[in-house]
Amino acid sequence: MSERQANSMLSAESLQAIDREVAKYPADRKQSAVMSALRIAQVEKGWLASETIEFVAKYLGMPPIAVYEVASFYNMYDLKPVGRHKLTVCTNLPCALSGGFDAGEYLKQKLGIDYNETTADGRFTLKEGECMGACGDAPVMLVNNHRMCSWMSYDKIDKLLEDLGK
Amino acid sequence: MTALSGHGVVLDGIAGENTWRLEDYLKRGGYAALKKIIAEQIPPENIIAEVKKSALRGRGGAGFPTGLKWSFMPRAFPGAKYICCNSDEGEPGTFKDRDIIRYNPHALIEGMIIAGYAMGCGTGYNYIHGEIFAEYERFEAALAEAREANLLGSNILGSAFSFELHAHHGYGAYICGEETALLESLEGKKGQPRFKPPFPASFGLYGKPTTINNTETFASIPYIIREGGEAFLNLGKPNNGGTKLFSVSGHVNRPGNYEIPLGTPFSELLELAGGMRGGRKLKAVIPGGSSAPVLPASIMMDLTMDYDAIAKAGSMLGSGAVIVMDETTCMVRALERLSYFYFEESCGQCTPCREGTGWLYRMVHRIEHGEGRAEDLEMLTGVSDNIMGRTICALGDAAAMPVKSFVKHFGDEFAYHIQHKCCLVPHEVQREGSKIYVEHAC
Ligand SMILES: Cc1cc2nc3c(=O)[nH]c(=O)nc-3n(C[C@H](O)[C@H](O)[C@H](O)COP(=O)(O)O)c2cc1C
Ligand code: SF4
Ligand code: FES
Repeated sequence: MSERQANSMLSAESLQAIDREVAKYPADRKQSAVMSALRIAQVEKGWLASETIEFVAKYLGMPPIAVYEVASFYNMYDLKPVGRHKLTVCTNLPCALSGGFDAGEYLKQKLGIDYNETTADGRFTLKEGECMGACGDAPVMLVNNHRMCSWMSYDKIDKLLEDLGK
Repeated sequence: MTALSGHGVVLDGIAGENTWRLEDYLKRGGYAALKKIIAEQIPPENIIAEVKKSALRGRGGAGFPTGLKWSFMPRAFPGAKYICCNSDEGEPGTFKDRDIIRYNPHALIEGMIIAGYAMGCGTGYNYIHGEIFAEYERFEAALAEAREANLLGSNILGSAFSFELHAHHGYGAYICGEETALLESLEGKKGQPRFKPPFPASFGLYGKPTTINNTETFASIPYIIREGGEAFLNLGKPNNGGTKLFSVSGHVNRPGNYEIPLGTPFSELLELAGGMRGGRKLKAVIPGGSSAPVLPASIMMDLTMDYDAIAKAGSMLGSGAVIVMDETTCMVRALERLSYFYFEESCGQCTPCREGTGWLYRMVHRIEHGEGRAEDLEMLTGVSDNIMGRTICALGDAAAMPVKSFVKHFGDEFAYHIQHKCCLVPHEVQREGSKIYVEHAC
């Protein structure tokens, strides 16, 4: 294990993934990879604790406050712990016209929580999202930011929750 | 399912499991335009002239002529210059760029390479909306194929021309669709729009000359070079060249993307989308994404879908997102949701936008919830007027225009709410009209 990895908060795979992102930008513009670095760190850690943010800052040679600013500006970063499965339902108007609102209400009822809450067993966090650029698939929802679920009828919501181990 | 129509340039007939692959794209005539440019060493200015001839207008919202935009780039400027693609599709109602990336990514890649050649740029970035991670991975895979085939990278196809292209992933901020916010975000900062001027063509990414175009704009380029600007123009109508993808959402039987010639009557588009859900009556349409002014059914049914006709009717073609609302829709509630969106997504730099969007949302919210005041209607328009034209970027206008148009065309419904403290359309009727609808899904 190299010294870099020994002192790392992130796995070797995560660091490699970050290095691949850094390589996309000019050598003196590593900062451009900060969004990806935070995404990769969040996937590994579940959320972005201040130590994680500081680690990313150090890794990219940025002041921690600059990384914190980015992490707090974009909606998909979680600066607080979330459940193992974060479900984000789109309730913007185009989706709402095809059941986005009802899908969200159904999830609330099934999980027994409101938006921005986490189930007591720590499995699910429910969020309300803005347009995901998939309105033709309404109702749509994201699982942990990266998995998009389309045409979420009541049956499909039941199945999803079952698969995720409710 | 993404429904398509039958006349296309960028997506039509191209929505299968493997249509994204290089092999498939080559069979469809892909990269023929790039190969021709390289083999015949076509001068860059001829390419820009061809794009001008095509009357291609930006597909991202503003409809600016693409050839003209390209001619602003200081081609001879020494040092780095950049091409950026705006795939940060977050304008509510818009879902076309996602389909281009997942079904036809090489058309976008080829278009960007040609743009790089025409404007003398060596590097490009495609900024992809945070919520579509699968498409980000798909685009990376397509880039790998193109590099492997020497269509991207150093000395493309053995020529002296080199161009590198990378994908950049957003993470949830509508404002990054605004081109200078997108550049800030690409630089690893908060996505806050810059003052213009200077414009990106002189001071863009990392302070270098940069051209930003929408995904669909770039994806239209290979056809224009392969078939000629004239052929593209003739698909549409004068000043409105080509076909356009319309993302139809809301109360229709088959929501989806439809690629149709510009100038097609709205009634035909509605028919392609399967007509009105449950045979109900059309009430209103937002014809160009949530920022475009809403139009009542009577105007829409006489409208053709092109930049000039929609502008003349008092709205915008915008991104081509057509949000269809039937008679079960409460217009106050619809506006309330949109106003919340702009309030939530304002980056907060300008006082009129930061404060104004909150004010608008709170007013519409209280009208919807039976607490409206008699003076609210006038105030909605007044606050909107005070935002418009007084902000750094167009999000301020985008928040104000829906409000003004909803009040203008559906003012009676707002007045009813204020007077009777309830909706004109009973809640059960609204609920039934907008219940979960997935019948068209595959
Ligand atoms: C708030 C806001 C959001 C925008 N979102 C997008 C977007 O998601 N995609 C896009 O292509 N253009 C968007 N635009 C327009 C861009 O600023 C820019 O005009 C466009 O990308 C230029 O490309 P085009 O000329 O090919 O249309 C947005 C503008 C504003 C003000
Ligand atoms: S208009 Fe709104 S979104 Fe645009 S820069 Fe100003 S505050 Fe930010
Ligand atoms: S409104 Fe839900 S994805 Fe666009």
